[in-house]
Amino acid sequence: MSAPLLSTHGLQAFYGDFQALFGIDFEVAAGEVVALIGANGAGKSTLLNAIMGAIRVAPDMVRLDGAPTGGAAPHVMVAKGVGIVPEGRRLFTGMSVEDNLRVAIDHSAGGNDAWTLERVYALFPILKDKRRDLVQSLSGGQQQMVAVARALLNQPRVLLCDEISLGLAPKVINEIYAAIPSISDAGTAIVLVEQDVGLAKKASDRLYCMLEGKVTLTGKSADVSREDISAAYFGAGHAVA
Amino acid sequence: MQWLDALIQGVLLGGLYAQYALGMALMFGVMRIVNISHGDLMILLALVGVSLAVSFSLGPFVLLVLLVPIAAAIGYVLQHAVLNRVVSQDPLPSIIATFGLSIAMQNAMLQIWSADTRSIPGGGIEQASWQVGPIFIGVLPVIVLVVATALTGGLDAVLRFSKFGRALRASAADVEAAALTGINPKAVYAWATALAVGILGFAAVFQGLRSTVAPSDGPAQLIYAFEAVIIGGMGSVWGAFMGSMVLGISQAIGFRISPGFGILAGHLVFLAVLAVRPQGIFGRS
Ligand SMILES: Nc1ncnc2c1ncn2[C@@H]1O[C@H](COP(=O)(O)OP(=O)(O)O)[C@@H](O)[C@H]1O
Ligand SMILES: [Mg+2]
Repeated sequence: MSAPLLSTHGLQAFYGDFQALFGIDFEVAAGEVVALIGANGAGKSTLLNAIMGAIRVAPDMVRLDGAPTGGAAPHVMVAKGVGIVPEGRRLFTGMSVEDNLRVAIDHSAGGNDAWTLERVYALFPILKDKRRDLVQSLSGGQQQMVAVARALLNQPRVLLCDEISLGLAPKVINEIYAAIPSISDAGTAIVLVEQDVGLAKKASDRLYCMLEGKVTLTGKSADVSREDISAAYFGAGHAVA
Repeated sequence: MQWLDALIQGVLLGGLYAQYALGMALMFGVMRIVNISHGDLMILLALVGVSLAVSFSLGPFVLLVLLVPIAAAIGYVLQHAVLNRVVSQDPLPSIIATFGLSIAMQNAMLQIWSADTRSIPGGGIEQASWQVGPIFIGVLPVIVLVVATALTGGLDAVLRFSKFGRALRASAADVEAAALTGINPKAVYAWATALAVGILGFAAVFQGLRSTVAPSDGPAQLIYAFEAVIIGGMGSVWGAFMGSMVLGISQAIGFRISPGFGILAGHLVFLAVLAVRPQGIFGRS
């Protein structure tokens, strides 16, 4: 069997003395959409940041195509084909929408040119109208679209999305989630970190649930029941829904 | 007529100040790194320039071609070896590191070159001037102004339109997000400081040609550069250029009022701008 596109192996992560992740085994296959759910503070963002190299981990704990990449710097991970839409969008304020996107084009992973300005503007047409505006003048939903478009223009083989629905109106969330199938169809694997379980379940092929730094449930999104998720999400003691 | 003369001499002096200020605009205005050794670096380069020019009888142009790459290399090493270790949202570590560097450099320069004032031999260009009616316009100050304008335009274009400029602006806006978008911020910062100190190479040669340099002159040059950047507005390269003009004109006019008042007039205008428009003339509040 060939190695998964991206995987973690017994991944542990620390903030100083505080241990945030306790042996996470996680994997994404090429073209797959995987949801990562869990309550606030479960360790979802920490896992994505550890994969990206923004948090130091041992080499063997993160693998890309089976090769150890743990501890590589974020820009190296981007060059290897791992892209991220960071939590809180983190756009480059003071720069126009198009300059934000050009930064990603300037630093895209080699060997793949699937995403162009034309294509991301087709995905999010409003961005084309706003391309000369400063990013901070856009609405929250539009800013989230810039963040997704920026990550796509890095030409990732796997795209990590950290709570792209957070703080947005349902209509806007639908607009952004409508882009997921097109991204997936372009051959990009996707990891969706979500707090909205229903949304995550619907959009994904498989899901992982995390609680207090551990994976408490994994399975095909269509197969896992609400009760299983509830128990995994809140811990067994709370599974009374 | 004497006020027109003061205005012209002020603009020409502003050209020299702009060459000090551009590197500061890049490091302080864009990267938010406070480099206390900015003026000392310029003096060091000027003294190296004096020694090179005297030892090998180099003309000003050859000296410029030699000194600018040396300056850029020093900038790259400074960022790579010192500043990248202390870069963060908090400017205090960079202030402390470069303050120490400033003191060390002044002492080292005193050891090597003694406290004498020196200048770079210009082969007569430093005395040449044009006469327009009753006003004398120095050839060298005009060259300095033209070079300063070209450097400002060039730096502005690099920042706005090049891959490097976008990467630098992105890193300055959010260094972590920049790294997650594929930028290597430390490398970008090292090249940016190379650029900033490289521009100081121009300033050093022209300072050495136009007037004199001594090992302890750095702090005064640092203040002019700071004032120009703040008068113009943080983050704006043309703002720093205009701030330099304001400073040069203030000093020239102050000098006409009373010779001892020139430098002080510049500082007073700086304080007035700080009081009335703290974001600077071109800065956004
Ligand atoms: N920068 C940080 N420093 C210290 N602790 C942190 C930091 N970021 C997150 N944590 C802690 O790590 C745990 C996991 O956080 P996080 O990964 O952000 O969770 P999630 O994304 O699932 O909400 C939490 O207990 C949180 O308080
Ligand atoms: Mg999070």
